[in-house]
Amino acid sequence: MDINDARTVVTVLGFVCFICISLWAYSGRARKGFDEAALLPFGEDDLPPSDSGRQTKEGNKNG
Amino acid sequence: MQSQTYNYKVVRQFAIMTVVWGIVGMLVGVIVAAQLVWPELNVAEWLHFGRLRPLHTNAVIFAFGGCALFATSYYCVQRTCHTRLFAPGLAAFTFWGWQLVILLAAISLPLGFTSGKEYAELEWPIDILITVVWVSYAVVFFGTIATRKTTHIYVANWFYGAFILTVALLHLVNSAEVPVTLTKSYSAYAGVQDAMIQWWYGHNAVGFFLTAGFLGMMYYFVPKQAGRPVYSYRLSVVHFWALIFTYMWAGPHHLHFTALPDWTQSVGMVFSLILLAPSWGGMINGIMTLSGAWHKLRTDPILKFLITSLSFYGMSTFEGPMMSIKTVNALSHYTDWTVGHVHSGALGWVAMVSIGAMYYLIPRMYGKTEMYSTKLITAHFWIATIGIVLYIASMWISGVMQGLMWRATNPDGTLTYSFVEAVKASYPFWAIRVLGGVLFLTGMLIMFYNMVKTIAGQKAYEAPVLAPAGAHA
Repeated sequence: MDINDARTVVTVLGFVCFICISLWAYSGRARKGFDEAALLPFGEDDLPPSDSGRQTKEGNKNG
Repeated sequence: MQSQTYNYKVVRQFAIMTVVWGIVGMLVGVIVAAQLVWPELNVAEWLHFGRLRPLHTNAVIFAFGGCALFATSYYCVQRTCHTRLFAPGLAAFTFWGWQLVILLAAISLPLGFTSGKEYAELEWPIDILITVVWVSYAVVFFGTIATRKTTHIYVANWFYGAFILTVALLHLVNSAEVPVTLTKSYSAYAGVQDAMIQWWYGHNAVGFFLTAGFLGMMYYFVPKQAGRPVYSYRLSVVHFWALIFTYMWAGPHHLHFTALPDWTQSVGMVFSLILLAPSWGGMINGIMTLSGAWHKLRTDPILKFLITSLSFYGMSTFEGPMMSIKTVNALSHYTDWTVGHVHSGALGWVAMVSIGAMYYLIPRMYGKTEMYSTKLITAHFWIATIGIVLYIASMWISGVMQGLMWRATNPDGTLTYSFVEAVKASYPFWAIRVLGGVLFLTGMLIMFYNMVKTIAGQKAYEAPVLAPAGAHA
C-alpha cells in the first residue's frame, strides 16, 4: 500500500469519526450528561464571603 | 476536605502579569506603529522596527495572551473539577518558567537573536525552556482533570486541553532546528517544506493558542458573568470537534501564489471556508447564552467586554475565510488589510475576552466581589472599542488602497504606481492606526490603575474547595 493510500484512509476515517460524534451529540443518549455538565460552573458560588453581607452579581453597587 | 483551599496563588500571579505584559506588549506595538509614521524614531539598532516588531508580537501573544490563558485555565479547571490544582510545585514552576521565557525574549529579540520564523523567533535554548514549561503545564492541567471529583469534564476544559496538547505539538515540530552556536540555529527543514511547516504552525497558533484557548475562557466566564448556563452544550461539543478536525488544514492559505503546490493552496482555501461554520457555532453559542438576559449588557461592563469580544470573533472569522479565497487574497495579501484582520482578532477577540475575564478574576483573588471602580471598567470598554474601530477601519482602507495601487497597470502594461507611491499614500492611515493603538493602550493603563486600587490593602484570598453538588449528603 502506497503512503498516499494511508493518508486517504486517515482523512476519510477522520471525517467518519466527526459524523459519528455529531450523531451521538444530537442523539437523546447524550442529553442527560450534557445537561449535567452545562451546570458544572454553577455547582458553587465563587463570590467570597463579603464584609457587608453577600452580594449577588446583579447587585453591583456601582453598576 | 473542608479545610482545603483552591490554589489561587498561581492564578493571582498570572492574572497580575497579564495586565503588566499587556501594557508592555501594546506599548511596543504603539512604538512600532509610530516608527512607520515617523521613521526617525528608529533611534538605535536594538530599537529598530525589524527588532521591535517580533518583540511586540511575542509580548502580546505569548506574554499577555499566554498569562491570561494560564490564569483562567488554572482557575476554571480547579473550580469545575472541584479539586485543588495538581502538583502545586510544578504549577509555581510554570509561572516562574514562563516569566523567564518572556524576559529572555525581551532581551534576545532586540539584540537581534532570531531563528527568523514568524511567531516562533526565539532561539533554540529558549525553545527548550518553553518545552519544559509547557510539559509541566500539561502535567498540572491534565493531572487536575484526572483527580477531579466530578463525573463530567466541563467543555471549557476540553478547549483548554486541546490548546495545551496542540501547542506542544506545533512548537516541537516547527522548532526542530540545528544549533550552530548558543545563539544561532537553522531550521531542520528547507525550501517550500520549511514554509509549509512554518504556516502549519503559524495558522494553528492562531487556531489553537488564540482561538481554542480563548474559547475555553469564553465557555467559563460568559456563563458565569451572565449567570446562566451555556446556550447549547450540544452545539459546544459539535463545534469543538469541528474546529479540531478542520483547523489543521487551513495553513496553506498563508502561501497563496507561492512555490507551494497549487492543490495544497486550494485545500487550504477550502478548509478555511469550512472553518466559518464551527467558528460561528462558537460565536452564536456564546452570544445566545445571554438570551433572556440582554438587559444585563446595559449595566455590566464586564459582560460588554465578553459579548463584544464574541462579536469581533464572529467578524474576524468571517473576514478570514473570505481573505483565504484566492481571488480575494490576490488583492489582500501583503497589504495592511491582513494587519487589520489580525488586530480585529487580536484586540477585538483575544484582548477583550481576556480583559473581561481578568475583571472577573482579580477581585475574587483578593476576597472582593467586584473591582475598585465599575465606572472605570466602563470607560476602559469604550476607549478600547473606539481604539479598535480606528485601527481596523484605517487598515482596511490602506490595505485595499495598497492592493489596488500595486496591481494597477497602464494600457502599455507598465505599472501605474511605483511601490513608494503606495507607501506615501498610506501615511494618513498609519497615523490613524497610531491613534487607535494609543487609545487601546490607554484603556490598559486605566485597567492597571483599577487593579492596583482593587488590590491595595487587601490580603490574598484562597477559596475553600467545595464538594460537587451531587456529592452533598
